[in-house]
Amino acid sequence: MGRYLVRRLLQLVPVFIGTTLMIYLLVWKVPGDPFAGKCGDRGCPDNYRAMMTEKFQLDQPWFVQYATYMKNLLQGDFGTTWSGRDVGEIISTAYPNTLKLALVALIIEGVIGLTAGVLTGLRRNGFLDNLVLVSTLFLIALPVFVVGFVLQWFFGVKLGIVKPTVSNEMRISELLLPGFVLGSASMAYIARVSRTSIAENRRADYVRTAIAKGLPMRRVVGIHLLRNSLIPVVTLLGTDLGALMGGAIITEGIFGINGIGRTVLRAIVTKESATVVSIVVVLVLVYLVMNLLVDLLYAALDPRIRYE
Amino acid sequence: MRVSKRASGAIAMGAAFALIASGCSSGNDDEGGSASSSDGAIVVDGTEPENPLVPANTTETGGGKIIDWLWTGLVEYPNNGGAPQNALAESIETSDSKVYKIKIKQNTKFHDGTVVKAKNFVDAWNWGAYSPNGAQNASFFADIAGFADVNTSDPDGDGPKKAPEPKAKEMSGLKVVDDWNFEVTLAAPTAVFPTKLGYSTFMPLPDAFFSQGAEAFGKKPIGNGPVSFVSWENNVAIKLTRFDDYNLRDKMKIKDVTVKIYQDDTAAYNDLVSNNLDFQQQVPVSSLAGDKWKADLADRAIPSTTPSTGIIAFPIYDKRFQNAKLRKAISLSINRQEITDKIFFGNRKPADSWANPLTPGAKPGNCTACAFDVAQAKTLLTEAGGFTGQMKMYYNADASHKDWMEAVAQQIKTNLGIDAVAVGVPTFAVFRQNINAHKMDGAYRAGWQQDYPDVENWVNPLYVTGGSSNDGLYSNPEVDALAKQASSAPSLEASHELFAKAVEKIDQDVPSMPIYFGGQQSGHSEKIKKMELTNVGELDITSVEL
Repeated sequence: MGRYLVRRLLQLVPVFIGTTLMIYLLVWKVPGDPFAGKCGDRGCPDNYRAMMTEKFQLDQPWFVQYATYMKNLLQGDFGTTWSGRDVGEIISTAYPNTLKLALVALIIEGVIGLTAGVLTGLRRNGFLDNLVLVSTLFLIALPVFVVGFVLQWFFGVKLGIVKPTVSNEMRISELLLPGFVLGSASMAYIARVSRTSIAENRRADYVRTAIAKGLPMRRVVGIHLLRNSLIPVVTLLGTDLGALMGGAIITEGIFGINGIGRTVLRAIVTKESATVVSIVVVLVLVYLVMNLLVDLLYAALDPRIRYE
Repeated sequence: MRVSKRASGAIAMGAAFALIASGCSSGNDDEGGSASSSDGAIVVDGTEPENPLVPANTTETGGGKIIDWLWTGLVEYPNNGGAPQNALAESIETSDSKVYKIKIKQNTKFHDGTVVKAKNFVDAWNWGAYSPNGAQNASFFADIAGFADVNTSDPDGDGPKKAPEPKAKEMSGLKVVDDWNFEVTLAAPTAVFPTKLGYSTFMPLPDAFFSQGAEAFGKKPIGNGPVSFVSWENNVAIKLTRFDDYNLRDKMKIKDVTVKIYQDDTAAYNDLVSNNLDFQQQVPVSSLAGDKWKADLADRAIPSTTPSTGIIAFPIYDKRFQNAKLRKAISLSINRQEITDKIFFGNRKPADSWANPLTPGAKPGNCTACAFDVAQAKTLLTEAGGFTGQMKMYYNADASHKDWMEAVAQQIKTNLGIDAVAVGVPTFAVFRQNINAHKMDGAYRAGWQQDYPDVENWVNPLYVTGGSSNDGLYSNPEVDALAKQASSAPSLEASHELFAKAVEKIDQDVPSMPIYFGGQQSGHSEKIKKMELTNVGELDITSVEL
């Protein structure tokens, strides 16, 4: 187990270097002088462009720029935006917001999706099963921004139950609606995956044995059936946290949340490589760590799985 | 000029439009009431400033609006769009429009408690003009004698050579007389110079600016205006509060202003409709269709006109566009009324003059090429020898220009039979880069919003040889001569007369095509009982009453 962990952690290093290099190159390849569009239709004076280009070393070849960036990064310096703000500061304010939103979404989708999945998996083809089937199909078919705008308009503007946008304090109660919107598609998938998984395992030998042994139904389902059926669901939830954080861009925009999605979008448009790469690097780390956690969870859920 | 990156149809700003919100709602849940107005707080929408908040280095609306609130200049522009009035200046005197003696009011203060003195202006202007500082608005100081010595440019454009180190650090035309007096000598007589002094580039800077450096100062700016800076949380909010020592004009009637930074104007709009946001300068395009915003906001809706014009410019450096008859033919084939009615739902007005008529000195209706006359257009096109090949019309696709540019191209195609096609350039940066490099091979969208209220601002930068925004390289010696004469006229009236003559020449050459005059659609919350817009459509922060 220990050796496995070390090996997995060491794998992070090449992945880390590879992704930063790739992202850096991609941003570098985005056409356009980042300072040409900064002064509106008047156009920027040459002196301004020359000063900024020199300040950010944009006249150097890309590998020199990348090397400088990496050197600073290893010393904990994320660089600055074109407007001179510290990228590290931006990350430290934006990341917790996105993480909070993604966790709320994850909990909502986990609780609702799993409950729906277990109930329908146990009683297939009933009214509830059909209802869940149809409503999940609906959620999967609708793009996130449609769900977002409709729910925001209905609850925020029409009924006025909640504020249409999230305040800067990011209270959990305000995050319920955006969290639901963000997690809605994954929620549908989780309901479906857990339903199938439960339904399949329902016919497994060990379940029949448990029932034959005379165990109460609650114990059969809660301990034996559920634990074994959770593996695909955990995989889905684990990788979903990364996907939710990276994919929160639309939800963040609709509900006015200051997260990494909108920060990175703005940075891509303005060719602010330091911001883009720094945010993506942290995002990649989240992905890698979540994947590792999921793999370790397998062993906890299924005693047959062992890591050497 | 400042250009909104977001709403961006959007030179959409406001103007000359005072609003007295009746605020007479039946008063059922009238929370607060007027008693609490003096310590009231409002939340207004905004975008993240793109540069440190330094007046001479801000050209976009996100930061520009905040700078306008934080500072008060020598003169200020009244909300009704009229002639500028002295603000911080006690008097601005000149006998020849070349040497200006400026006396400032005594004992006004910066937000850090230091007194505003004459040298704060001189130092600030010298900093802005000095080319190694790279200020975006440096060209505004070009009128002052000695500008060429402090501002050098790259001898080979974007080439390998660098701009040489300037000879001097200070402009010879600026002289501090004593604490309250300074003297400005211009390179040539310029009647419009005092009008320019209200533009944000000419604001005074406190000593702290020079000790801290521009970047550090720009994160915590210190101005001399009715509000002072409190905090700036990246991408979240900028907080401002009333400056109690302000004595130049009316103090703010409320206490705190929070500029909430939105990425999405629809999110801001939903907050506005449900009264979580107190002011939105431009409601989203999606709410304009069918006048939805008026239905949503009722008496909280504020329509206004703005001193800005949407333009399509010709690259005169391209051989195919060098015939004035061809350019006029194209301009005459555009049905501007139809564009503003169908695409902008009547929220913008068809352009019929070269300078926006809200600008003092501008003559309405002086663009004969702005008429819709297909017969004349066809004749002119034949006389010009027709147009072969495809005529591209470029716009930046990261803002909402697609619809109207395509409509214009379609009209030209239908009315003249030219193969006109609208082409989107992905980002404004690439679009601007091509325009700066004079690499456009087709007409392109441009926009102009006045920096200061005078017709000079609509002629010199755009249509005079070497003008700061004459991107199409239009050049007519007659226009240059008239504009030069007009700029150095002894009085503004004489100057306006001469500019009118210059515009007549421009009208014959059609170097660009004015298409629409800007309009702005703003809204406020039920909480605000009274407010006005400034001459460029920003919220006048001192007018707000709750």
